[in-house]
Amino acid sequence: MKNLRRRWRAWACCAALSMGSAAVHAQELVVSAAASLTNAFQAVGQAFEQSRPGARVVFNFAASGPLLAQIQQGAPVDVFASADQETMDRAATARLLADGTRVDFAQNTLVLIVPAAAKQSPRQLSELTDAGYARIATGTPATVPVGRYTMGAVEKAGLAAPLQPRWIYGESVRQVLNYVARGEVDAGFVYRTDALIERDKTRIALTVPTAAPVTYPIAQIAASKNATLARDFIAFVRSAPGQDVLQRFGFSRP
Amino acid sequence: MLTPLWLTLKVALLATLLAGAAGVALGWWMSRRRFVGKDVVDAVLLLPMVLPPTVIGYYLIVLIGRNGVFGQYLDRWFGINLIFTWQGAVIAAAVVSLPLIYKAARAAFEEVDGQFASAARTLGAGEAEVFWRIALPLAVRGIAAGLMLAFARAMGEFGATLMIAGNLPGKTQTLSIAVYEAVQAGNDTLALELTAVISVVCIVVLVISGRLLQARH
Repeated sequence: MKNLRRRWRAWACCAALSMGSAAVHAQELVVSAAASLTNAFQAVGQAFEQSRPGARVVFNFAASGPLLAQIQQGAPVDVFASADQETMDRAATARLLADGTRVDFAQNTLVLIVPAAAKQSPRQLSELTDAGYARIATGTPATVPVGRYTMGAVEKAGLAAPLQPRWIYGESVRQVLNYVARGEVDAGFVYRTDALIERDKTRIALTVPTAAPVTYPIAQIAASKNATLARDFIAFVRSAPGQDVLQRFGFSRP
Repeated sequence: MLTPLWLTLKVALLATLLAGAAGVALGWWMSRRRFVGKDVVDAVLLLPMVLPPTVIGYYLIVLIGRNGVFGQYLDRWFGINLIFTWQGAVIAAAVVSLPLIYKAARAAFEEVDGQFASAARTLGAGEAEVFWRIALPLAVRGIAAGLMLAFARAMGEFGATLMIAGNLPGKTQTLSIAVYEAVQAGNDTLALELTAVISVVCIVVLVISGRLLQARH
């Protein structure tokens, strides 16, 4: 009996200790970031955690559209980084951003990729009308920025109508990348940084000029309860160590 | 808004027919045979019911994708591509609803009194005749219940379908995927309308199936 009571006491001690340690880690920052930032931001997050003992960064990666929808529905997000200005503009219009925190932190380029095993690659956009490119992937234009950049470029080239029946829409730029890497589609539009991740399975055919440059804005969410930490994270992303990490993954300065 | 509805009904109906044929045949076979490893075969047939639909989707990509185990031959020999087509959605929905029919059919066949089949055989009936004229009519209620469940499951299929057939408006965008996209895009009005449509259709299906089953009493 006594033994049992002692064991209970030991358990209670353990529980109290673990709760105590949880309290130390209470500084948890939730960052919703565009899917194309997945690998780079995980590395940035690690570097940030090393520079700030006790802070923990939790990432939520998806296409920018769904991320905005989650924030609108009240998801407890502290920092939002989107792959285009339009999504961030919508967040600003909906008064979701903390005043004066929005800033551009990275730049990317739109590229057309083909599976590494493909026998041919298009040398210009108009070659996509060849019969060999029956399936071309990009993001769902309504919710995925890469889809909007693609549609803009394709319309400017006067190819909107002929390519219309060939589109395969992905949930995020990373799904487009996956479709091309698996060879399920004949070509796909992704960012240069994504293509670099699947270097062995895909090949960049050409860089696609976009009407506006592909710049990534970041901002603190107004409802954040970790405003100081959120601003520190944004500052870190823009600092020299943060930018070094981003450049290692192929992003350039805005 | 009607396009996703018709597509959903078409996909669910064809998937139910496909899974129905396979499920009834497998249920009949498993209810009569005894062999080593029968439990394992049973577990494999029930697997789609317990595995996450995304795992089923991944299995299907590995099997019938353009570079898949079987998919590469479908592509090379027949020029058939199932990924990103509504036919692919039918296969995904059929696979996830197969266990519901198989389980119901096997249980129904096992409940049929073996003496009827034996009596038929002494009167000269072949195995096919035993199946069509004795076992199937006696098991039909259990099978019908399984078919209705399978149809409902196929209508609501989301995970495997999204991975296999993608989200192509007008081509592979079923109701469940249309709802998902509307919510992702923050288009609450459309999401609400689609939700109302699918709810009404499901209630109608359930009421009709309830009536059909009662009428047989």
